Amino acid sequence: MTTATTTPRTADAPTGVTTRSRPAPRHKPRADRVYLWFLLPTLVLFTLSITMPAVMGIFYSFTDSVGFGEFNFVGLNNYLVMFSDPAILSSYGFTIGVALCTVILVNVVALTLAIGLTSKIRAKTALRTIFVMPMVVSGIIIAFVFQFIFANTVPAAAQALQLGVLEESILADPDLAWISIVLVTAWQAVPQAMLIYIAGLMTVPRDVYEASAIDGASAWKQLRSITLPLISGFVLINVIIGFKDFLGTYEIIVGLTDGGPGTSTRSVAMTIFSGFDNGDYAYQMANSTIFFLITLTIALIQLRLTRGNARI
Amino acid sequence: MTLPTTTIPGGAASTTPRRSSEDSRGAALPTSRRSDRHRWGTTVLLILGALTVILPFYVTISMAFKTGEQAVEGEAFALPAPFSVEGFSTAWALTDFPRAFTISILITLATVIGTILLSAMASYAISRNWEKKAYRWAFYYLLAAMFLPFPVLALSQVKLTGMVELANPLGVALLHIMFQISFSTLLFTAFLRSLPAELEESARMDGASTAGAFWRIVFPLMAPMSATVGIFAFLKSWNDFMMPSLIIADPSLQTLPVIQEIFQTQFSNNYHVSFASYLMAMAPAILAYVISQRWVLSGLTQGAVK
Repeated sequence: MTTATTTPRTADAPTGVTTRSRPAPRHKPRADRVYLWFLLPTLVLFTLSITMPAVMGIFYSFTDSVGFGEFNFVGLNNYLVMFSDPAILSSYGFTIGVALCTVILVNVVALTLAIGLTSKIRAKTALRTIFVMPMVVSGIIIAFVFQFIFANTVPAAAQALQLGVLEESILADPDLAWISIVLVTAWQAVPQAMLIYIAGLMTVPRDVYEASAIDGASAWKQLRSITLPLISGFVLINVIIGFKDFLGTYEIIVGLTDGGPGTSTRSVAMTIFSGFDNGDYAYQMANSTIFFLITLTIALIQLRLTRGNARI
Repeated sequence: MTLPTTTIPGGAASTTPRRSSEDSRGAALPTSRRSDRHRWGTTVLLILGALTVILPFYVTISMAFKTGEQAVEGEAFALPAPFSVEGFSTAWALTDFPRAFTISILITLATVIGTILLSAMASYAISRNWEKKAYRWAFYYLLAAMFLPFPVLALSQVKLTGMVELANPLGVALLHIMFQISFSTLLFTAFLRSLPAELEESARMDGASTAGAFWRIVFPLMAPMSATVGIFAFLKSWNDFMMPSLIIADPSLQTLPVIQEIFQTQFSNNYHVSFASYLMAMAPAILAYVISQRWVLSGLTQGAVK
């Protein structure tokens, strides 16, 4: 009701409001408060539910807390132990290796599909709808479905065709189980990368191709010398976003192998989640902190490299 | 239907791979290679590729409609011979489907509404005060969470929600909203920047308050972006597994994806039942996507090109 200056609503308080000039400055402070009220609830809730847990986690990483009750400060002890803990080190090795393989697979497949889906083809809308579908289903359920396929269908088919290695479920083989994780993670992650590549390909002017075709450039040459350089910003975004996402993979692993056989497919995220069960809460908080630092570094590299490039 | 790529340069961008694929098959037709021709080779290859997407869904559906005996045979690709819905009724009872479904829907709805409202309001405040340092910093502050993976926060969040009596679906919805805030605020502020401020200013001239101008003028104009934001919030929230499984203390208040775990532990050989249950849990997300895919795709590509 105390709105700016003019209106008939303020008429019942006729204190010369109308006679004064009504420039923007008088209006500003009140508008400001409204803006503040628009922003404040989000900021407060965000601080309580995101920032506070993050700070708490870092704090507890310097203690010997088991998650409840009393605790003592132990300085950097958790961190020092971590770096010589074979279980932690192997989970990092596994996680980074799987993330690297997945990034490569996802980007090759996504770019191929994006190029195909932006060309002059039949049933374009239908095909696009299908290729995006893996993105919209639950990771855990898709992992359960694939678990059945890897454990039952593939071995059965391999036995019928006498394929040797594949006759045993790869989920039960500590040396091969990771392949299933790469495949299913990629299966679900391709659509997002593909959509970004489609957006990228749309920024490439078509006359460049016509010109190069006249010059007699082969298809492969066009891909390498025109398409890839022109969408390099999008490649970078996909590689870095992908790498960050795949480092945090857990649902698909939980659904496929649950970390097994043994601990051969245990990711960092899964190790962190186990922090409550084993009473090494503080220890896993140190692990989380390192994990966060790695993710943050990747994010900063991303910001650095993509500055000035296409914004997503 | 108004997907950008169907009309825009895409056609040219793609001459490349299909040519190489044809060449490798030695079936190249150099003379008839016109850009206005449909590329049948590519179409066929893409359809074959689409099979890798369709097969897991096909397995899910065909397994779900089998009888118990047929399902145990493990012939995933065989059609259900006696067509049976027994798997569904058993799954319905085993998972207490109506209850889990209701909880999932409530969490998802709260997430969608909360995400749209909170981040639209915050984005409006930020974009209209961009010249002020405090608002700009608030923007970067909210954005920073994009780089914060859930596992890093998980244990502390479990502790905190337990302390404040939010170890329940409400707490999950709140956390879902907060994890969506970064991405949504990014999309909304980009959108608001392209929206001329004159519109609200003229409304204000006519006597509307800032809030009034927002709710009556700006918010309705944001509808397309709200749809995109809402769909992503829906999918994220509906499909989430780890957060509810960690946060919700009472098993009878658990969400649909988490409930599916019982088929891995207690009923591991009832394949037809478990696949029927998976199908029922997946269906709403697929349905929402198929209905809204126009906005999902165009919202994403729009956000990327702008």
